[in-house]
Amino acid sequence: MKALCWHGRNDIRYDTVPDPTIQDPRDAIIKMSCCAICGSDLHLFDGFMPGMEKGDVMGHEFMGEVVEVGSGNHKLRVGDRVVVPFTICCGECEQCRRGNFSVCERSNRNKALADKVFGHTTAGLFGYTHLTGGYAGGQAEYVRVPFADVAPVKVPDSLTDEQVLFLGDIFPTGWQAAVQCDIERSDTVAVWGAGPVGQFAARSAVLLGAKQVVVIDHLPDRLSMAKACGALTINFDTESVVERLNELTGGKGPEKCIDAVGMESHVGATFDTFYDRAKQAVMAESDRPHVLREMIYVCRPAGVLSIPGVYGGLVDKIPFGALMNKGLTVRTGQTHVNRWTDDLLRRIEQGQIDPSFVITHTESLANGPQMYETFRDKQDGCIKVVLKP
Amino acid sequence: MTNPELTGQPSAFDRKAHALLRATQSPSRTHRSASRKLARGLGWLGIGIGLVELLAARRLGRLVGPRGREALLQACGVREIVSGMGILASQRPATTSGWMWSRVAGDALDLAILGAAAAAPSRGGHPLAAMVAVAKVAAVDVGCARALRAQAHAARQTIDYGDRSGFGQAVESMREPAAVPTLSQPFEQPASRTAADPAP
Repeated sequence: MKALCWHGRNDIRYDTVPDPTIQDPRDAIIKMSCCAICGSDLHLFDGFMPGMEKGDVMGHEFMGEVVEVGSGNHKLRVGDRVVVPFTICCGECEQCRRGNFSVCERSNRNKALADKVFGHTTAGLFGYTHLTGGYAGGQAEYVRVPFADVAPVKVPDSLTDEQVLFLGDIFPTGWQAAVQCDIERSDTVAVWGAGPVGQFAARSAVLLGAKQVVVIDHLPDRLSMAKACGALTINFDTESVVERLNELTGGKGPEKCIDAVGMESHVGATFDTFYDRAKQAVMAESDRPHVLREMIYVCRPAGVLSIPGVYGGLVDKIPFGALMNKGLTVRTGQTHVNRWTDDLLRRIEQGQIDPSFVITHTESLANGPQMYETFRDKQDGCIKVVLKP
Repeated sequence: MTNPELTGQPSAFDRKAHALLRATQSPSRTHRSASRKLARGLGWLGIGIGLVELLAARRLGRLVGPRGREALLQACGVREIVSGMGILASQRPATTSGWMWSRVAGDALDLAILGAAAAAPSRGGHPLAAMVAVAKVAAVDVGCARALRAQAHAARQTIDYGDRSGFGQAVESMREPAAVPTLSQPFEQPASRTAADPAP
């Protein structure tokens, strides 16, 4: 079969790889009908996440048709149309029973490695380093789904692939980012990053009743999409984020702050971004945490910082004194996708929201390597790329 | 071995330079990738040449012409290394293009230094041959810088997504103050998920 494979920094190739097979009775094989490039795939593409090996199949946002089912899988049948969450979960461990699916204790087959790096393992993820299991990803014609009797979400034929694909990652990720802010009707929610997760976080904050949503970026096309959902926008190239947020909140700062940027914040706007980039270049720091610093500084005391943006390792110069003295609450983590999918699928079916609004580019899987560059460089107004076999 | 300059056939360097230039002259996606790769290659080339200029300035001066100008050659070496590092560190076409234009400016300076060496009465080394080589590299630098600038320009073209709210109704009617699940609430497993199958 054909798949997009990682071969090193800035090197994704459309390769021929062996077809996946059933390896466990609970497995299923999915024939991919639609997949997407996620912003967090760019961290692998840019070489900032350790633990990739040459030939690894990329991708963790995908859906398709079940073409083979293991003998122990009583949930799926051949022909089912499913969206597959990016977190692999067993459904039976203590964390899964609590709904903390992204920290499943059993699905990471490289648990010993993750235990050493993180202290305790997190869930296995599709196409996202050997630290999270080294599972082949979904930017491929066929995908093996482990524990396929737990996470895959059956979707009705009345909805198109484009409407439901993002149930597997970015929609629940934006939703969880907003939910864990405990939004009240009087709240201002500031969202850093108007990429796909930022767009869904802003819309989720609106749906959850925030008084005011402010989205921060510097790309006009992305800001225009944020404005479409009623958000106010700040272009950090032309105005001070801190001053503008204080202006919009009577000098008190936003109650809730969402970091939808993560480890690769834009270099150039402020001095600390150059500092981080220089340290990154000499491997003295793995991530660029400019957004974290800015959120801690501008957030209203007793506010909440919600961090769906991906961080991979070590960050430097975090103003922890401000964080502690202001009494800020920090909530973060990979998304517990299945905790939210039933509710979000209902909202899509009811017409509250159509997640396909975020798609700007649809291409064939074969053009994937070029689309990684287009997405990374934010060319042609690219916000979200969908790939089809 | 046949000398390409005598037979009129393009040398291997020329063929490669023309192929690289062609690759940078189209804005198609394949060529976007080609021009970025080419820029990285030129960045490494610049670092290599810069190190030679920095560490072997006297011998290089004897070879290409400007004798007794070691400090000038070493300064050029530092410039080459800085440009090369800038190219390798930059992530966007606009930034890479800027560093590539700095290479072009450096090429012009090199040509001026070599021209002065060729015109000097105490001429030594092979400044004309060096000028031809620098001119060829400069042509590739210009092609690459222009291609990257075109990409940066294309990237700057703004598309208005102001009609993409994603909501089924007007924004104001979408605000839902009703209670929604939170992370602190106990999670209730759907019945379909509690049927405990044996662990694999």
